[in-house]
Amino acid sequence: MLPNEFHPLLYTFSFYFFGLLAIGSALAFVTRKSPVAAAMWLVNVMFALAALYVMLDAQFIGAMQVLVYTGAIMVVFLFVIMLLNLGHASDLADARGKWPSIVALVFGVALLSELMVLNRGNTVEKLIPADLAAKAASAAAAPTVGGVIGPVAAPLFKEYLLAFELTSVLLLAAIVGAVVLGKRRTDAR
Amino acid sequence: MLVEALALSAVLFTIGVVGVLTRRNAIIIFMCVELMLNAVNLSFVALSKLYGAAGQVFVVFTMTVAAAEAAVGLAIIIAILRHQKTVNLQNINLLKG
Repeated sequence: MLPNEFHPLLYTFSFYFFGLLAIGSALAFVTRKSPVAAAMWLVNVMFALAALYVMLDAQFIGAMQVLVYTGAIMVVFLFVIMLLNLGHASDLADARGKWPSIVALVFGVALLSELMVLNRGNTVEKLIPADLAAKAASAAAAPTVGGVIGPVAAPLFKEYLLAFELTSVLLLAAIVGAVVLGKRRTDAR
Repeated sequence: MLVEALALSAVLFTIGVVGVLTRRNAIIIFMCVELMLNAVNLSFVALSKLYGAAGQVFVVFTMTVAAAEAAVGLAIIIAILRHQKTVNLQNINLLKG
């Protein structure tokens, strides 16, 4: 845990370091031609985000990010890239033509400026509850049950129990769907 | 650090959107969608510092849905490849009017 008060300069430096690392890796990711190189840059983005989660006091989410995203989802992506066997990256005419790219760039700039304007003004300050300092003080005073996982696990098994159970149905449906879609059809033809 | 985290989330989301719009390889488009999901997760985590751990619970759900989506989506891509011999979205135009 790296609280803000512990060493503010180190905290700020690490935050900007991992933030810029994430942005740089994301830019490298969308510009790579080879799917494998793109996947590797995306893994880099996810590691940087995991570091940021830990710095934002979400240690459990950071661990989940490394285990689930970089450990499981990206490995599935790499396996599928290997199974597809698309040939050399230079043979893939991948990026779109000139006009679609310009339209996409304009759309991206518009979206980014919109999000930044939302972020910029005093919208965020208005989001902060008035009694935040008092709440934080009382939370720090009260002993936390179950370390860093307790505060996440308690609502998961109380308020959000139904959603949690439905998640298992979703995963079952995804497994069945993936197997049905992926299996080779021999009797159909 | 809240404003910085939200700004970073916006930048990553926009990079994902531009990637979806400019690339034609179905796998890379899928990975761009994953990047967008990650950007939203960052917003959830940053705001959970203010509003309690519910944001982190939502991140757990997002990760589950992302995993399910990746499994089904990649199976669909493999099925398409078996029929069309390509994952370039320009050549998959059966529904084009």
